[in-house]
Amino acid sequence: MRALISIVLFAALYEAVAHSGAFAPALVPGLTIIATRLYSMLADGSMASHALATLYRVFAGLGLAAVSGLVLGFLMARLRPVERFFMPLLSAFMPIPSLAWAPVFILWFGLGNVATILIVFYAASFPMVLNTWTGARAVNPLWLRAAGSMGASGPALFWKVVVPGASPFIITGLRLAFQRAWIAVVGAEMLAASDLGLGWVIFDAKEFLNADTMLASLIVIGLIGFVFERLVFGTVEKATVQRWGMVRTAKA
Amino acid sequence: MAALPFAVLAAGWELVARYGRFPPRLFPSVEQIALSFAQLSASGILLHHAGETLARLAASFAIAALLGALAGIAMGRSRNVEGLVLPLVSIGAPIPGIAYAPLFLLWFGLGNAGSIVLVAFVSAFPVAINTWTGVKAVKEIWIRAAQTMGADERRLFRHVILPGALPYILTGWRLGLAQAWRILVGVEMLAAVPWGLGWLIFGAREFLNTDVMLAGIVAIGAMGLALEKLVFQPLERYTVVRWGMMAS
Repeated sequence: MRALISIVLFAALYEAVAHSGAFAPALVPGLTIIATRLYSMLADGSMASHALATLYRVFAGLGLAAVSGLVLGFLMARLRPVERFFMPLLSAFMPIPSLAWAPVFILWFGLGNVATILIVFYAASFPMVLNTWTGARAVNPLWLRAAGSMGASGPALFWKVVVPGASPFIITGLRLAFQRAWIAVVGAEMLAASDLGLGWVIFDAKEFLNADTMLASLIVIGLIGFVFERLVFGTVEKATVQRWGMVRTAKA
Repeated sequence: MAALPFAVLAAGWELVARYGRFPPRLFPSVEQIALSFAQLSASGILLHHAGETLARLAASFAIAALLGALAGIAMGRSRNVEGLVLPLVSIGAPIPGIAYAPLFLLWFGLGNAGSIVLVAFVSAFPVAINTWTGVKAVKEIWIRAAQTMGADERRLFRHVILPGALPYILTGWRLGLAQAWRILVGVEMLAAVPWGLGWLIFGAREFLNTDVMLAGIVAIGAMGLALEKLVFQPLERYTVVRWGMMAS
């Protein structure tokens, strides 16, 4: 209820600013203009194709990051030399923002999907590796010994004890990775996409002073981000980690 | 010992540069990257770019740290402010900051003004949210104890709420700075600023100066690492850990 009041107040304030005449209507369009623009972009299917292009890039990058992050994370946790080799590299590359690679990737792979997906991959990899690594190391040693003394061998130990034990961290890592990936994909599309994508639309609209298109796309970006972050990854977290009782056990 | 992975990486890079199918202009050797890094440093160009980036980061983060903390404290202390502002903050926070970039550049112009306002705006969100959580997390019993002992609103704030919330505020600052750092580089590429590491990398694309780009990336990595080691870890040691807030 309160949330509704504050949103209505904010909308009214924005509308007042838009109609005050202090700013050009092309720069600060009224809410009806934004809504009309959003509707027409939804109706002619252009918004859907931009959103699909963006989603394809984000999930391609995230998928690559998830697979390689899981493999590397588990290897680092189980094998000392792997950990010693990759840890310094990870800490050296982590502070470099993924967008810094954009111009290099553009030169190497050209404008388009490959460069964009690689930027997303770079952004999403770090939370994935680090969380998997932390999770696999945080597995209670008692469980390992218990399973070992009950005769569990290598693969069984890994799949039945280490993986479920590390899963709270991994799922949190996946969620963080999606957040990073979502930021990276929008920025990467502004720099490296050539025709489609929500980030590209916003950037392209700047050339024509289409603030209504920008704001309409921003709304869609916000909504998609919200749906995946809260609804999809939040639900996954509830359905797995909490249901298996891992959160409580991990803390106890 | 820690140098070994980097030596292997450099050797692998060198192999690709020598025998790979990329032309040397696009995939320069390690030697060439080091050379252009040295040249850019010696001529002071790299320093100028890094200085501008750092100044932009400091300016926008200072605004975000202050306004974000004030908003968070106001939300934590007053129900009305919380009811009004929190929904807006929760809607705005998950939107990728860089998505606002073209809009802010339209509103505030290309160059410094637009990029500083944008980075400040984006990094204020984690600061505000963490400060709010921190103020809310101050134990009720501490507040009541201080009130019973006759602390007025001002002393209560200064001696109970602020220290109690500080670990969260520091976390918020840390997240905010990390966020600012991540998008600043991208914003510099979009905002047509005359100097800045992001611009150095992006501008080098026009001339296919891959070695300059990679030297710029090395500088960015070094700066990011320095921020973490020189700013946040000491800050945490001197305040939170020393006051014993971290353990509780």
